[in-house]
Amino acid sequence: MSTDIAVEADGLVKSFKDTKALKGVSFQVPRGKVLGVLGPNGAGKTTAVRILATLLRPDAGRATVAGFDVATQPREVRKRVGLTGQQYASIDEELTGRENLRMIGELLNMRSATAKARAAELLEWFDLTDAADRNAKTYSGGMRRRLDLAASLTGHPEIVFLDEPTTGLDPAKREDMWDVVRDIVGRGTSVLLTTQYLEEADALADDIVVINHGEVIAHDTSENLKRVVGSQTLRVRPADAARGGDVKEILLGLGADGATIGEPRPGEFAIPVTDDAALGHAVARLAQAHIEVTELSLLLPSLDEVFFTLTGERSKPAAAEASEEASA
Amino acid sequence: MTSTATHEVSTIPHGPLDVVRHSWVLAKRSLIKTWRTPEGLIDVTLSPIMFTLLFTYIFGGAIAGSTSDYLPLLVTGLIGQNIAFASVGIGIQLKADMEKGIFDRFRALPISRIAPLFGAALGDVVRGLLLIAVMLGTGYALGYRIETDPVKFVAGCALAILFAMCLAWAPMLVGLIARTERAVQGIVFMTLFPLTFASNAFVPTESMPGWLAAFANANPLSHLVLALRALWNDPAAGPVMSNNGDWVGPVTWTLVWCGIFVVVFAPLAIRAYNRRA
Ligand SMILES: Nc1ncnc2c1ncn2[C@@H]1O[C@H](COP(=O)(O)OP(=O)(O)O)[C@@H](O)[C@H]1O
Ligand SMILES: [Mg+2]
Repeated sequence: MSTDIAVEADGLVKSFKDTKALKGVSFQVPRGKVLGVLGPNGAGKTTAVRILATLLRPDAGRATVAGFDVATQPREVRKRVGLTGQQYASIDEELTGRENLRMIGELLNMRSATAKARAAELLEWFDLTDAADRNAKTYSGGMRRRLDLAASLTGHPEIVFLDEPTTGLDPAKREDMWDVVRDIVGRGTSVLLTTQYLEEADALADDIVVINHGEVIAHDTSENLKRVVGSQTLRVRPADAARGGDVKEILLGLGADGATIGEPRPGEFAIPVTDDAALGHAVARLAQAHIEVTELSLLLPSLDEVFFTLTGERSKPAAAEASEEASA
Repeated sequence: MTSTATHEVSTIPHGPLDVVRHSWVLAKRSLIKTWRTPEGLIDVTLSPIMFTLLFTYIFGGAIAGSTSDYLPLLVTGLIGQNIAFASVGIGIQLKADMEKGIFDRFRALPISRIAPLFGAALGDVVRGLLLIAVMLGTGYALGYRIETDPVKFVAGCALAILFAMCLAWAPMLVGLIARTERAVQGIVFMTLFPLTFASNAFVPTESMPGWLAAFANANPLSHLVLALRALWNDPAAGPVMSNNGDWVGPVTWTLVWCGIFVVVFAPLAIRAYNRRA
């Protein structure tokens, strides 16, 4: 078995009653790299992660984690992975943050003193020292996520699974979480991360797998995928609606060859661009023409746009929200 | 590349004792919670006091002729009943744990899958001990006395606790398969009421119709209660109050029932735990 591969999923199939959650999903996480699994609600991301973390058995297919088969050597797998699940944090709300981490440490066979020291170290790292001796029940959503992540890192896992680590966090907290993920990767850990945001996958992942309805519809490097799904969009909203015509003219000058201008919302103009410097040029030209703007942004395509390009159909959230509560 | 190797030094190697250590870590978790929410102890403190007072003064005269004559019957009977009732808490606790994410965390750790269940049962020992202390304290205030020796007294306590831990696998199973906490409570109490009342806990079984007496005499709880009476009450008090001091029979039967509970319910509970996904 190759030691360069941290996680390998090979034709995973899983059904729940009449829902086919996975229909033969395959992907790899190279050692020390980040794989982003991108897909809308109900795509099968959580199911795949739970299979890899030995919490669910696949109906068919094989998966190895750190070289061990999840079906036949689950204990070896569990020794080497950390899991941060989606939705509710896997922590005990009636214990303090410190007690949670010490308990996990002791369950990982750390000696009492070691578990204590490790807990203190993690609390410090995740900025929870001040709240360490409060019941986790009193923690905010962001603090719970951090404690949950700290818990999954307690045993210095080789591989970490992060299931939608930033869903529901506000943008500032999201960036903090990204920094933490980069930090983890910087220490040599392999990461499998699921997300509904192309931006997040793009910011963190080396490779991206796009899944929908339990099937892989693209598997590529972040760079190539962006090239395939089209580039970024430049979006401008002039303060004075009467300057719309001038704005369009400037945008046409910056857009990709043959690109046309869209109006995503009334009074707002957008155009696909290929040049990363387009934003800077836009700022300069708008200033030159004395056009004041209330909004100016460079956006990656939304997940919906990615799907549209890859499959020609709009992603349907697969009526997953209701059953998600029960499953995740 | 991996940082694991350098940290291995500070951990205890995996081995057959893991399950004991992990269960203990998880029992500590239960104890911390018990300590932090003392109102969760009402079912093993105030409730038994209330039962003792009510039963003594309501039934005492009618059943045994006087309240003081009823106490040797009642104190042991109530310990049996309340030990059984207190096991509902374990089922509810497990159900609550599963609704949160913490059981996923345990399942994803390299620990034996029995440990979270065994830990929960172990954590309940403290509640059982508290219950026995409160019951005996109340009994003593009303005039009840242990009439045998300290060894038999301790043996009785140990038997009651062992019984509680073995019986607990049944409500644990219910907690793992029922859909709501309320359902856990309903199912367990519905089973426990006939089990506790159709027994020798409060009235001599001779007064029951034949079929019921047969059930009551075979009832695991009756064996425990009779064992406690044989171990604690004056052997001269007769067959109902003390089985004439013969404790070997009832203790053996109680142990047999403990074994049956574990053999039947533990594998089912572990299977249900593994399957929950
Ligand atoms: N325990 C379960 N029981 C029934 N259906 C489930 C269960 N878990 C997931 N599903 C279904 O499987 C599909 C994939 O779900 P999931 O893996 O949670 O998707 P994602 O994490 O990408 O949102 C959804 O249609 C979901 O409703
Ligand atoms: Mg999910």
